[in-house]
Amino acid sequence: MNALPCTIYVSFTGALLALVLGSRSAMAARVVALLTALTAWGITLAAATSFVPMAGLQELVNVPWIPEFGIHYHLAVDGISLTLLVLTGLAATAGILFSWNITERTGEFFALYLALIGGVYGVFLSADAFVLFVFYEIAIVPKYFLIAKWGSTNREYGAMKLVLYSFAGSALVLAGLLWAYAAGHATGFGFTELVAATGRLDLTSQTGILALVFLGFATLAGMFPMHTWAPTGHVAAPTGASMLLAGVVMKLGAYGCLRVALPLSPAAFVLLQPWIAWLAIIGIIYAGFVALVQDDFKFVIGYSSVSHMGFVLLGLAAANPVAVSGAVLQMFSHGVIAGLLFAVVGRMVYERTHTRQLADLRALPLHRLLPFAAVVFVLAGLASMGLPGFSGFPAELTILIGTWQARPLWALAAAAGVLIAAAFTLRVIAVAFFSRTGPEREVPVAPAASHPLAPITWPEKVGALLLLGATIYLGLSPDTLLDWIRPALQSPAFHAILSGGAS
Amino acid sequence: MNADFAGLVQALRPEAHLVIGALLILAIDMVWARHRPANRHHVALALGLISLLMAGYAAATGGTRGAVYGGIFLLDPLSVATRTGVILLAVLALPLLPDSRRLRHPAEFTAILLFATTGFTLMAAANNLLVAFLALELASLSLYVLAGFDKTSPASAEAGLKYFLFGGMAAAFLLFGFSLLYGLTSTLRLDLIAAQLAQQGPTPLLFVALVMVLVAFGFKAAAAPFHLWAPDVYEGAPAPAAALIASASKLAGLVLFTRLLWGGLDSAVGTVAHGPITVGWAPVVALIAGASLLLGNIGALAQSNVRRLLAYSAIAHAGALLLGVIAAGRTGVGPLFYYAATYGLATVGAFGVIGALESAGRVQQLTDLAGLYKRSPLLAGCLAIFVLSLAGIPPLAGFFGKFAVFTSVLQLGGLSGPVGWLVILAIALSAVALYYYLLILKQALVATPAENTPPVRVTLPAAIALLVAAGLIVALGLWPSAVLGLF
Repeated sequence: MNALPCTIYVSFTGALLALVLGSRSAMAARVVALLTALTAWGITLAAATSFVPMAGLQELVNVPWIPEFGIHYHLAVDGISLTLLVLTGLAATAGILFSWNITERTGEFFALYLALIGGVYGVFLSADAFVLFVFYEIAIVPKYFLIAKWGSTNREYGAMKLVLYSFAGSALVLAGLLWAYAAGHATGFGFTELVAATGRLDLTSQTGILALVFLGFATLAGMFPMHTWAPTGHVAAPTGASMLLAGVVMKLGAYGCLRVALPLSPAAFVLLQPWIAWLAIIGIIYAGFVALVQDDFKFVIGYSSVSHMGFVLLGLAAANPVAVSGAVLQMFSHGVIAGLLFAVVGRMVYERTHTRQLADLRALPLHRLLPFAAVVFVLAGLASMGLPGFSGFPAELTILIGTWQARPLWALAAAAGVLIAAAFTLRVIAVAFFSRTGPEREVPVAPAASHPLAPITWPEKVGALLLLGATIYLGLSPDTLLDWIRPALQSPAFHAILSGGAS
Repeated sequence: MNADFAGLVQALRPEAHLVIGALLILAIDMVWARHRPANRHHVALALGLISLLMAGYAAATGGTRGAVYGGIFLLDPLSVATRTGVILLAVLALPLLPDSRRLRHPAEFTAILLFATTGFTLMAAANNLLVAFLALELASLSLYVLAGFDKTSPASAEAGLKYFLFGGMAAAFLLFGFSLLYGLTSTLRLDLIAAQLAQQGPTPLLFVALVMVLVAFGFKAAAAPFHLWAPDVYEGAPAPAAALIASASKLAGLVLFTRLLWGGLDSAVGTVAHGPITVGWAPVVALIAGASLLLGNIGALAQSNVRRLLAYSAIAHAGALLLGVIAAGRTGVGPLFYYAATYGLATVGAFGVIGALESAGRVQQLTDLAGLYKRSPLLAGCLAIFVLSLAGIPPLAGFFGKFAVFTSVLQLGGLSGPVGWLVILAIALSAVALYYYLLILKQALVATPAENTPPVRVTLPAAIALLVAAGLIVALGLWPSAVLGLF
């Protein structure tokens, strides 16, 4: 439990070590990166076993950092952050396994990768809005270099777009936080101090502050209409980075919305609630439809991420304990599933066939050439559609139940999104893996068959099994996480917001 | 006036070290070193560093003495920190001295650099209009010469001439403003001027004087619309001169004018933090700040020359610094000093990288940086730290500077006045700024090097200076209170 802050330090140390060793040997950098990620994940799992769920944050570190502004280096954990810490460890480990084949400037790749992970751990552990913001920004810069250097398709454009959107989002957050801090004469950047400071202002200011902070974080969570960076960036990113970006970094935004933005002002939240909810619903449906017509395999996954993150935002907007606990569960579930989908598309299929065009893939009998990839993708697709037995089912169901309690119309509209998700997932499974290869198709297939695709390597298998195991385990036993999340929502910080609804 | 010569000598020990050092460098060069071309450069560099370090030690340990020599100088925490800061920046800029193959007369260059530094330290402590003007001119005249020092390059001559013409004009405005102030109050001491003006109340003549002073201030800070010299000077001047102009000169100028505006003219400040706006210098400074933020950030987007890009980024930073000036008198000078000092460190570093690279060929276009990570990992790593600090990415010092200044401005009156909204504008524009800073880093860290580019050899002094600057940026970012707590 008390070792949790070490996840941050271990990641940054590992980054330095990978940078130094990577200039000598690529394998050393890989091993260092894997060991670092495993150590950090191990720390989160060890903390999880001894975790006693309770309302409110449990202190880890609290020392003055910049006394001139009342800023404390304050780390703490509750069930929500623990859920996301475990997810970070899992996604980071899997991502490194799927990056095993990086040969160009390997040390630098893993150094940036681990620095990004260190920033993510920092955000989830922060109990001071300023510290959270600092870690959030630390996570931004590595993303640019990971995509611009090691990415594919239009990578420099995608990298710049993703980073500028992230940074613009964080600028909105900074503006909102400073407004609350300075105008409300706060004594520091602790969450409760900021809430108190915001409460001292008039309703217009409160609404402005909440809108700025929420919009800033929601940009990183891929809320419509600021979602366009996500598909472009995630498609351009190298596989390991796409897994981490879609799987974990988008959750930073949603986590910021929940932890920092929502509690700021209950009065202003009531005003903004319908706007947030409808933007989330539009995101779910619009991104779903866009995913339905993509020609690029990876773009389908990119837009599906936006659609699924819409559920998280809808759960937050519904603002009752059921919906919000579902949203947190969906964060975890989507982190695992998006990682799997990106891994299959980016690593298992693209690195072997060198195409992501569905029209080209249609000509390949992938289910015969890459049976393992096909099985993993089908399972991940089923999980993504929200079929019972996988983590997507309890998560989306909980969100929809909670939303129904808040506003049945929202739940109905979002439920349409579930159908669309089923449609685009089934389409892409059918087209990419099980396209009909009748006799007239045999001829174009022949060249591919004469050059058999490289077999799936052990790191890919281990990574895929880890993620599959997680989504199935959670599908069968969602209470493992819900038991952590529900008590955390009883804390006074959330109580003012999460009114109504049966828990 | 009580003529306390002993106190004056004590207070001016750093300046004495600098001037004696400069004269010694010239003498040794004339008598001995000029006949040994191989060592000439090293002798000048070593002597220059020694006298700068001695001066820095004297400045840092001299302590706060309050008013010195009848109030001609004021040694408060701000002066002590600024004197130490400008000397430190000069120490980091000097090792960029190109070797004698590219820069003839290294001894003269070093000596003039020391004179410029003397000007900066005097500016930091001046509390008297006449001394302030003389210090400013000593610094400016030295910088004009330094900017035009590279006799092999027409661009350097152009830089020197442009800087001189603009600077001369600004000095004329300043002197005119000062003479009006003296005429209004018949005193040269800032505290007495403040007392006089508080009695008299605002007069039209005072506002004429204010505008004159602000023109000179805008020039010194490279703020729009007085920025026109900056891109050309940054482009043409030798790297150490450009580094000094962009960093130490800016820090000293900001402190001088902050002291002048808040210490001498605070009765004419006007309000700009919350409505209704009243006339004074603060609304004008806010106007200049807004113009600089917009022009600097948008102008930088169009640049393909890395030095000009840094110049436009300097204009943008000047806008943020001017916002800090508006808050300095109310919420303390700590944020302003921290921002200016750490900005100076990052700029000296960025020009240091450019200077070190120039030993292997010209560095003007962004593409000249291509593949730096392969040619010199040290330079690439340092450049990343400096540029990201300029962009305001935590945990580097640049972020905390911006944060501290913006917070102190918002504490004046929240968003109820124009400066509050200027802060929001500045925060929004920082996303624009990240774009052009990443363009630099994209070339340095991502792009592959052009064919046949040799690896870069960095001299030991330059490498140490860059590492110290980078280390300071990281350390001050992790412990901002080390500086913020001084005031």
